[in-house]
Amino acid sequence: MSVLAEVSGNLGAVGYGLAAIGPGIGVGIIFGQGVQAIARQPEAYGLIRQNMLLGFVLTEALALIGLVAPFIY
Amino acid sequence: MTPLMLVADDFKAPGPSIFDFPPLYDGAPYWLTKPVLMAIFGAIVVCALAWSAFANPKLVPRGMQNVGEMGYQFVRDQVARPFLGKDAERWMPLLLSLFFLILLWNFFGVVPLIQIPVASHIAFPIVFAITIYVIKIYLGIKHQGLGGYFKNMMFPPGLPKPIYVLLAPIEFLSNLIIAPFTHAVRLFANMFAGHLILAFFSMVGFWFLFEKLTPLGAGLGVVGVIMTVAMTGFEMFIQFLQAFLFTMLAAMYIGNSLHADH
Repeated sequence: MSVLAEVSGNLGAVGYGLAAIGPGIGVGIIFGQGVQAIARQPEAYGLIRQNMLLGFVLTEALALIGLVAPFIY
Repeated sequence: MTPLMLVADDFKAPGPSIFDFPPLYDGAPYWLTKPVLMAIFGAIVVCALAWSAFANPKLVPRGMQNVGEMGYQFVRDQVARPFLGKDAERWMPLLLSLFFLILLWNFFGVVPLIQIPVASHIAFPIVFAITIYVIKIYLGIKHQGLGGYFKNMMFPPGLPKPIYVLLAPIEFLSNLIIAPFTHAVRLFANMFAGHLILAFFSMVGFWFLFEKLTPLGAGLGVVGVIMTVAMTGFEMFIQFLQAFLFTMLAAMYIGNSLHADH
C-alpha cells in the first residue's frame, strides 16, 4: 500500500504545536474576559487581576506538559 | 530553491546545546559551571542588597532603604496579603527572598557578559518547588490534621455526592503531582524558551551581517537585530512576571494549607 500522507521532521515540535492550541485558546479567553471585567468594574481591579493570573497559571499547565513530553519520550 | 534558501544555506540555528557549559577551569569539579557560579553570585548580591537596605533602618528612609521598602511593599501587598491574610507578615521573609532571588537570577539572562538565566537549568526551579511542596504538606498536616488535610483537599464540602467520584482523584492528582511539577517547569520553560529565542535572533543578526554579508541577506540580518532588541524588552517583562508568579503560587499553596476553606 502506498503512503498517502507522511509527517517528517521533529515530531516533538509537532506535538508541542498541537499541545499549544488548547491553552492558547484558554489563555485568550481568560485575559479577554478579565479585561472585560476590569472595564465593567474598575474598582475591583486587584481582585480580578489576581484571579485572572491564577486562571492563566492553571491553563498554562497543559502547554507546559506538552513542552516537557518530547524530552521525556 | 528560493533565493532566501540560498542565502541561508549553511545557517545553523542555536539548539539546546547552548545551555551546556564546561567546568570553569581545568581540574574544576564537573558541577562547577557558569550557571552554578552565577547562582551563588546572585544569592550573595541579594544578601548584600537586603543588608544595605535593612541592616540600619531609619524612620525616614533614604537611598537603598527606599528601594528595599518599595520591593517589600510590592511583595506584601501583591503577593502575601491576598493569599495569606493576617499571616502575611510571618511568611514575608520566605516570600521576599524567593521573589528577589528568582528575579535576579532571571535578570541575569539579559545582563551583558553573564547572559544565562540561572533558572533555565531545571535543577534550580526544582529545588525551590520541592521546598515549597514540603512546606505545603507539612503545614497542611500540622494545621488540618492528617485526615482533615486530605479530606479538605479531595472532598470539598457542598457538592452532590456522585461528583466526588470524579472530583476526588482529579483534586488529588492536581494538588500533589501536577501542582509541584508545573510550579517548577513553568519557571524553567519560560527562561529556557526565552533564552533560546534571544540566542536565535542574535545569531540571525550576527550571521547575516558579519559572517556572511550578502545583499539579499543583509535585510534579514537587520530584522534579526531589531527582533533581538524587541525580544530583550519582552524577556525582561517575562522574567519579572515569572518571578512574581512563582512567589504568588508559593503564597497560594501555603495559604491553602493554613486555612482549609478558602
